[in-house]
Amino acid sequence: MYKILKKEQLTPIIVLMEVEAPRLAASAKPGQFLIVRAHEKGERIPLTVCDYDTDRGTVTIVTQIVGASSRQICHLNQGDSFVDFVGPLGKPSEFTELSDDELKSMRFLFIAGGLGTAPVYPQVKYFHSKGAKVDVIIGAKNRDMLIFENEMRAVADNVYICTDDGSAGEKGLVTDVLARLMENGEQYNHAVAIGPMIMMKFASLAAKKHNLPIIVSLNTLMVDGTGMCGACRVTVGGKTKFACVDGPEFDGALVDFDEAMRRQGMYRTIESEADHKCKIGLGE
Amino acid sequence: MRNKIPRVPVREQDPQVRRGNFEEVCYGYNSEEAMLEATRCLQCKKPSCVGACPVSIKIPQFILKVEEGDFAAASAIIAEDSSLPAVCGRVCPQESQCEGSCILGVKGEPVAIGKLERFVADWSRENKVKFTDVKPSNGKKVAVVGSGPAGLACATDLAKEGYEVTIFEVLHEAGGVLQYGIPEFRLPKESVVKTEVDNVRALGVKIETNIVVGRTVTIDSLLDDEGFEAVFIGSGAGLPKFMNIPGENLNGVVSANEFLTRNNLMKAYDPSYDTPIYVGKRVAVVGGGNVAMDAARTALRLGAEVTVIYRRTEKELPARVEEVHHAKEEGINFMMLTNPTEILGDERGWVKGIRCQKMELGEPDESGRRSPIPVPDAFFDTQTDVVIMSLGTSPNPLIASTTPGLETNKWRCIVADDDGKTTREGVFAGGDAVTGAATVILAMGAGRKAAAAIHEYISSKKR
Repeated sequence: MYKILKKEQLTPIIVLMEVEAPRLAASAKPGQFLIVRAHEKGERIPLTVCDYDTDRGTVTIVTQIVGASSRQICHLNQGDSFVDFVGPLGKPSEFTELSDDELKSMRFLFIAGGLGTAPVYPQVKYFHSKGAKVDVIIGAKNRDMLIFENEMRAVADNVYICTDDGSAGEKGLVTDVLARLMENGEQYNHAVAIGPMIMMKFASLAAKKHNLPIIVSLNTLMVDGTGMCGACRVTVGGKTKFACVDGPEFDGALVDFDEAMRRQGMYRTIESEADHKCKIGLGE
Repeated sequence: MRNKIPRVPVREQDPQVRRGNFEEVCYGYNSEEAMLEATRCLQCKKPSCVGACPVSIKIPQFILKVEEGDFAAASAIIAEDSSLPAVCGRVCPQESQCEGSCILGVKGEPVAIGKLERFVADWSRENKVKFTDVKPSNGKKVAVVGSGPAGLACATDLAKEGYEVTIFEVLHEAGGVLQYGIPEFRLPKESVVKTEVDNVRALGVKIETNIVVGRTVTIDSLLDDEGFEAVFIGSGAGLPKFMNIPGENLNGVVSANEFLTRNNLMKAYDPSYDTPIYVGKRVAVVGGGNVAMDAARTALRLGAEVTVIYRRTEKELPARVEEVHHAKEEGINFMMLTNPTEILGDERGWVKGIRCQKMELGEPDESGRRSPIPVPDAFFDTQTDVVIMSLGTSPNPLIASTTPGLETNKWRCIVADDDGKTTREGVFAGGDAVTGAATVILAMGAGRKAAAAIHEYISSKKR
């Protein structure tokens, strides 16, 4: 059992948890994910590793209520336990292979959408600690869906906030901000987009237009997360890849997002019967 | 002279009833039936059945005890060589192993060795007979990667020898393919798999679930940091193969691994579990092995009309005859000499059919089976809602790629000799991870051989 040592309600539907998992905390790296099960009859749910503390033996996850299973997770309390908590899974971010010297001279642009802001934060923190320059665009549906704003400001050089309804930051999409930054002549070595599939699709298209290399982190369907089932099949550069073992990070310019979004909906009819209402705009 | 009666038939669930449930197909023998069948065994002085068993169970001896009605003694004899008799009695291909070499089979029907093994194992479980004799601890730690048949067999022998064994399992339940792969109606999870895994635990073997060897820990960290003197890798062959034909990523195309894992490990057939599964009205299963039969019969039980598509003829089907027979009884359709060339989708990106090509048989290939040859221009379309790809599996490359010096071959299988020795000192391997997808019992045999080699390796190191 994996005990929840801390639970923090970030917004009415987004929850942060610090979970006791010493082996996972000791081995996790930025960019990887894990799989949790809330109870004995629960689904295996993949979640991005948001942070980890080797000394305390804890791993941080952030979950948003989007369906029956994520609701079960979000309704667990401090002191409760996950029956299963396995990882780290997937390949670490390829930037973790760069030397400190290389990082010092680099400038990154992170594009975070909604819940994707959570896994972006530790990466920004990591780059900042290595002396790299980092700007962050955070996009959210509205003020209530905006997370990690203050934390991000503490570690990023510039933070740009935008919301669909203008309730926080400017009214608009992350791609609007991206286009403006590019037109203003900002130079970055690399962009990284983490968020809803649709956002990563348009961020990748925009980045491609400006010849900005972009990495995306795909949150596909999965069962085991170790390469066994193939539910996470995604076409990258014309080849079928397994997001769980070949990813989850891929070159955004090469990902077939339309197929990936369609495949995410494979069990949606069944899920919607089980009380699913998409609140992040997928399938609209 | 032994009893010259026909083989005692085994009772099975009616095909028309069982096609609608996940309860076990075969009921097995009761004690009268088992004792009667046991009288057919010739008690050969040089029994060829034992030589044909990958774990060398003392078959005539245990059958004699069954005949005498001393089932506890029969159980003790089997336990000397196998920790999973209730599993093997159900899923071993006895017709090509013990029963295949039974002298009675030359003129008539062989002794029902598998059904007798199953009877003894089930009787032991029901009567709570356990074998927990182990040598005193020698304080030496051995790590086993994977809790499938190879790992369990290896751990059992090492624990009996006095080693402190820890099995690391990536999934949340122990058992490997016995949990995620083989369906409930052939191998009940709660009564059979969990009990036999618990029997291994009762020998003092620790099982740590949710550990990804290669990620959470590595072979090197186990050896260098955690004090294990040797490692056995029994990580199986878990990676599904696809055909690489157009349309394979349409919604509704799944691997047999995904389909079976959702239903077996995640229990999607039981509405009280959360994991979804989709079968639609019509399911096509591509492939002809035991896994294809399992997937087809699972889809049938979930309410679909099921067709197995296979590129050779029934004679070449790699599945066990018994499984094919059961599938036919239950109403599975077979489309032979047919090979999919494209999966057809609708405007929403869901499967609506398969474009197939007719095949004919040519010369035998390296497997000895006549190879399928496409008939030019003989294409046709068939309608389906779901396609289950059951084309075999290959080993997961994760461990090899994170263990320097551990060699693999071009099929991604770990290179190991007959005793399981790999190219890394102190690292042994066996089962599907070495051979590619094979059977439960061959994996167990490899696990046992490796256990002996590990014992010898650690003993010689001490000197």
